[in-house]
Amino acid sequence: MTRASDRPEISSLADLFAIAYQIEIDAVARYRLLADQMETHNNVELVAMFRDLARAEGLHAEEIRRLAGDIDVVAHAARLGSWKSGESPEEADLNAAHYLMTPWHALRMALAGEERALAFYRSIVETAEDADIKAMAAEFVNEETEHVELCQRLLRRHQAPPDSWSHDFDPAVSQ
Amino acid sequence: MSAAEMRACRPADYRSDVKPVWCPGCGDHHILLSFTRAFAELGEPPENIAVISGIGCSSRIPAYTNCYGFHGVHGRSLALAAGLKVTRPDLTVVVASGDGDGYSIGGNHFLHACRRNLDMTYVVMDNRVYGMTKGQPSPTTEPDFDTALSPGGTGLSPFHPLVIALASGANFVARAFSGEHKETTSILVSAIRHPGFSFVEILSPCVTFRPDEREWKTQVRPAPVAATDDPGRAARRLMTDDGFNIGVLYRGTRKPYRPQIGRAAADLAELEKEFEL
Repeated sequence: MTRASDRPEISSLADLFAIAYQIEIDAVARYRLLADQMETHNNVELVAMFRDLARAEGLHAEEIRRLAGDIDVVAHAARLGSWKSGESPEEADLNAAHYLMTPWHALRMALAGEERALAFYRSIVETAEDADIKAMAAEFVNEETEHVELCQRLLRRHQAPPDSWSHDFDPAVSQ
Repeated sequence: MSAAEMRACRPADYRSDVKPVWCPGCGDHHILLSFTRAFAELGEPPENIAVISGIGCSSRIPAYTNCYGFHGVHGRSLALAAGLKVTRPDLTVVVASGDGDGYSIGGNHFLHACRRNLDMTYVVMDNRVYGMTKGQPSPTTEPDFDTALSPGGTGLSPFHPLVIALASGANFVARAFSGEHKETTSILVSAIRHPGFSFVEILSPCVTFRPDEREWKTQVRPAPVAATDDPGRAARRLMTDDGFNIGVLYRGTRKPYRPQIGRAAADLAELEKEFEL
């Protein structure tokens, strides 16, 4: 998965806003993809959860666009390079999906994404020389810290499933 | 860049509206992402690409792209693709298969497609199991794969597709891992650009029938040596590696086969005349 060091070059505040926006948009697309996968396999609880997560990330994207003011983050994001790993930090790990997964697994996925985003913004705070970039990244650190805490709170409401959670005596046939 | 090319330069432009039925966690989802990213990077509009397949989980991929596609007969994707490439050499032809479809049912086509060296790309999404039919051992399954369907394991030596591709004359041989999108995309782009028959084996975990394959992500590593143009050297490396070295392993220099074909019949009457006794 993505490491903070995989990030595209950030040399202006516009770059930071654009990357932050793209991170959220990528997360929306990934959660929608997972919701579609769960829909195909009739895991309705997870369909609802992944759609909710996509909606939440979409709201974050809009918030970043509002914060960016006159900067056209959509156009700017398209001009920036991609992540070296090919994945941005909040994209949930497709490898971790399973048709029998539970809300606990989905929240673990979401938590991992928020933690990667947090590590990314922290790395900018630590390394940026531009004061505006550093300050804005610090705001994003606060924001992502809240998201991490929210995922942790939600996780506490769900019990970890037994080890046999993925065992299926009659596994799905994919057609 | 033409207007058509400018229209299709984002990965999403190569996706159809059909939702994949693959199991969540299946490596084939990743490969679909890598296909669309590779097509976008090549800048080839969807109508210039044909994705041809046989039967199996992997072979559903044409439906999920909006390129031209043909979901063909079991094991016969290469024969279909060869016919298409000969008659439409202007198309970028990408063939998708799985380890059962490609190495067992279509094994003979594999040998001769490598030998023929038409300019097309053959992608085998290898999960070492027949996933669509609930987990029977395939040609690449390990001999000790002990399940209710193969009690005690098969005891059979696994097929060695990359070495066989080299021995049969493939002009480009690579191994990728589905979970490494960037590398897989880059390998696919190189394979499609390389003249002649390019063979890419993509390790694609089946999380339903081979949950142990989730560990592949910790086992794969970049190949420690650069690609060679010496098939003997490439074969020796492949015979001694553990199957988890990722990258382009061989780039050949054989000239692709481009048969000269006559003009096609203009209409049915002309075609019927050709068959007159």
